Amino acid sequence: MSDTAEKVKKIVVEHLGVEEAKVTPEASFIDDLGADSLDTVELVMAFEEAFGVEIPDDAAEKITTVKDAIEYIEKQKGE
Amino acid sequence: MFQNGFSPRRVVVTGMGIACPLGLGVEHVWKRMLAGESGIGAIQSFDTSTLPAKIAGQVPAGTRADGALDISEWIPVKDQKKMDRFIQLALVAAEEAVADSGWAPQDEEGRCRTGVMIGSGIGGLETIDEASRLAVQGKTKRISPFFIPSALINLASGQVSIKYGFKGPNHSVVTACATGVHALGDAARLIALGDADVMVAGGAEAAVCELGVAGFCAARALSTGFNDTPQQASRPWDEGRDGFVMGEGAGVVVLEEYEQAKRRGAKIYAEVIGYGMSGDAYHITAPAEGHEGAFRAMTAALRSAGVTPEQVQYVNAHGTSTPLGDDLELEAVERLWGEAGKGLAMSSTKSAIGHLLGAAGAVEGIFSVLAIRDKVAPPTLNLEKPSRESIIDRVALQAQPRKIDVALSNSFGFGGTNASIVFRAAP
Repeated sequence: MSDTAEKVKKIVVEHLGVEEAKVTPEASFIDDLGADSLDTVELVMAFEEAFGVEIPDDAAEKITTVKDAIEYIEKQKGE
Repeated sequence: MFQNGFSPRRVVVTGMGIACPLGLGVEHVWKRMLAGESGIGAIQSFDTSTLPAKIAGQVPAGTRADGALDISEWIPVKDQKKMDRFIQLALVAAEEAVADSGWAPQDEEGRCRTGVMIGSGIGGLETIDEASRLAVQGKTKRISPFFIPSALINLASGQVSIKYGFKGPNHSVVTACATGVHALGDAARLIALGDADVMVAGGAEAAVCELGVAGFCAARALSTGFNDTPQQASRPWDEGRDGFVMGEGAGVVVLEEYEQAKRRGAKIYAEVIGYGMSGDAYHITAPAEGHEGAFRAMTAALRSAGVTPEQVQYVNAHGTSTPLGDDLELEAVERLWGEAGKGLAMSSTKSAIGHLLGAAGAVEGIFSVLAIRDKVAPPTLNLEKPSRESIIDRVALQAQPRKIDVALSNSFGFGGTNASIVFRAAP
């Protein structure tokens, strides 16, 4: 697993208070990890802060799974 | 408004919960209070070096088993950031009160007949302070989506209703330091008038932060002469008093319609028999001459209770330890009780826990109920030399066993708002 993936996973575990094992790449923040719409806004803010990237609202709306987040951030960072 | 006619229903207290500077849990706090212990100490949670007041009553940190607060034992980490500390304290007190009452409606009807009315004087001040610091730095994008719901006063009622599924009236009170009594009284009226059968009611406050202390310091309201001896700072009616000591905490009660409480075999602590309110129309922070607003609130409360002053044996005073307010309240009580004042005990429990602002009236309402239950008047600590004499016994220094069947509790707030509530021994 890439550094980005590890870090994303850690942030999700912290912010949503879920078990690490549940944070699979396919896991949906809302359907699988118990987040509501405000939780996802905060999660995206945490990604921005941690990775020093900007995630505009229209892009944030498309980030619904752990994998979506990892891929978007890796693309922004040119990894 | 009441086209079909109605007669008010009786309301009783069936559950109680406290988080305050003497700790968590009604019995733990009450035991410490009767023993004459104080919950006031030096402020450790932020730097007070630029502030003239450096002491407060803060909820002790520690484990639940020791009667202290580790919020992670009560609220999941991921939810803590969604609520300011005042809401967290409200949830802690509500959990005790609801469990104590044994009220856990299993059907939709029961949930819809159960409401929540928890107020706060100030609300999420520290949360607002933190968000505004981000804004000042141009970091508005970093402001949390939970900022507003964390700071809003009615979210204490909102969070409690969400936790328990109580779908009845969801309301909140904001009347500065009179909040707690207004919440208990208004909630009791909702039951009396038929809007709900059960109300989870009270007040919560957590304004002991840099901004909160600085604000009250600026208003010259706080004690500043006892920073080295914090436990002596709150000294209602004593000639050495020099202002109030800020406190934080929450008091929550479960109020219930009497017939229902009886039917389900609930433990009944006391009955809410009277409630009175008034406005000073005088000054934003100072009480009116003779505390005539307080006089009218107490008069209205006794009238609605259908009792005369001589039938009341205990008053839990507002008694904040300010030079002006304490003697004016005493003057109003002396005027109302007249000769009957000889049989009255009146104490200020703020001497032990400080002034919990919007939570004060709720916590002190609980102390009044306990005074009736245990037939004991809690002490006014540090009342070594009263600034003036009175025929009213102000329970100096030590708790006093007394025959107490009816008790009245006062709370007055900035803006000139006054409220009094009257409890009687369980029917």
